[in-house]
Amino acid sequence: MILGSISKNSVIMGLFAIATTGLIVFTQINTADQIEAAKRKALEAALKEVVPANLFDNNLLDSTVDVAASKQLGNKDSRVAYIAKKDGIPTAAIFQTTAPEGYGGSINLLIGINADGDVTGVRVVPPHFETPGLGDKIELAKSDWIKSFDNKNLASPNTAGWKVKKDGGEFDAFTGATITPRAIVDGVHKSLLYFNEQQLALFGTQTSSTFSSQGSQP
Amino acid sequence: MSTVESTATDNPELDLPSTPKKTSSVDTKKIVSDGLWNNNAVLVQVLGLCPLLAVSGSIVNSLALGLATMFVITTSNIAVSMIRNYTTDTVRLPVFVMIIASFTTCIEFLMNAFTYELYLVLGIFIPLIVTNCAVLGRADAFASKNGVFASALDGLMTGLGFTLVIVALGTIREVLGQATLFDNMHLLFGDIAQNWTIHIVDDYKGFLFAILPPGAFVIMGFLLALKNIVDKKLKERATALADKPVSGSRRVRTTGNIS
Repeated sequence: MILGSISKNSVIMGLFAIATTGLIVFTQINTADQIEAAKRKALEAALKEVVPANLFDNNLLDSTVDVAASKQLGNKDSRVAYIAKKDGIPTAAIFQTTAPEGYGGSINLLIGINADGDVTGVRVVPPHFETPGLGDKIELAKSDWIKSFDNKNLASPNTAGWKVKKDGGEFDAFTGATITPRAIVDGVHKSLLYFNEQQLALFGTQTSSTFSSQGSQP
Repeated sequence: MSTVESTATDNPELDLPSTPKKTSSVDTKKIVSDGLWNNNAVLVQVLGLCPLLAVSGSIVNSLALGLATMFVITTSNIAVSMIRNYTTDTVRLPVFVMIIASFTTCIEFLMNAFTYELYLVLGIFIPLIVTNCAVLGRADAFASKNGVFASALDGLMTGLGFTLVIVALGTIREVLGQATLFDNMHLLFGDIAQNWTIHIVDDYKGFLFAILPPGAFVIMGFLLALKNIVDKKLKERATALADKPVSGSRRVRTTGNIS
């Protein structure tokens, strides 16, 4: 009697599990291509934000270099960096950096650095968990602050300057939010250091046929 | 006597607060008025507050989550109503949750595919639609006992009621918080909505309290109060209107007696 009701209920549950899973599988299969396309489109748009259009003529999404886990980029596993090229010569690299010490957790950044070691652009990759109204001024939609990194490099400002003003550096912090900008300034600085060390490896392995036209810059 | 009856039934205001006279299984009018106002998921039942308070920072976010919730309530209501005779009491709730979860996952895929940026903005709150008590509440309280059409309508109206409140909240917060209307609507409607943003005040510094969740909570409180005030006014007007015909009829009868 009890066994009968148990088996009946199990069968009902099982059938519904199959049916609902089927519905999900159907939706997933039918949206997979669209989702992939949307992701690529969003990524491509984000990449174009951090590197000026006159620096490259290649397809950024297809021009990648694997970057091993490194403390400077804040990644725990291997990631790709995107190499911008003009006429086949590498002109800039775009890193996906994680600034681990944001107020609401890690902040993912896209950082473009050109062959001279200058920052061409920084953008925060959504989603981030910084306080709305305070820390979220790191978004370009809310404030131009993120543009204050443009054209900065390891020489200007010097190491002491790569901090927020409150810590004696030269980057503004927001009223009521110091931790967020501090994390990002630190993240960008570390990426520059990484690029400085790895530039030859990044640009060299990419293009076996061409030489790296840039002299090593500080 | 006949004049009394006609004045009473002709007056639509009277139908709203009074108990329904019709006892038919599908009372369309009652479903609509319950879902949108009398038994509104947010304003009366105070359900689903977590996504409501967290997401309603702007109109576009509110509208997107409202529509997603409406989709889930409607489709799960239809499905639950269709299978209501094929489950046993023991497994009823797990089966409902499975249905709701699968429809939520579907809308998540769809939003991921077609409104990718919005999907990123809303993040965890799309899957959290599963935990919105309003959805399971409607499935269990209504759809499991009623036919497909009534359940579909009930889901649609409950969802619409939720959407209206969350959009109202989003509108107020967006105006107070950043003095704009319809900002970022292109995330939902594509490129045609690129220029929909209305700046009410130029160079607005922003009002942090309205942007943060506590502000949402307070504004929500004002909306609840407003709803109660409107209800009270409606009730007063209804009783006033209900009194009038009675007193009028007496006068008629009095004159009748004299002549």
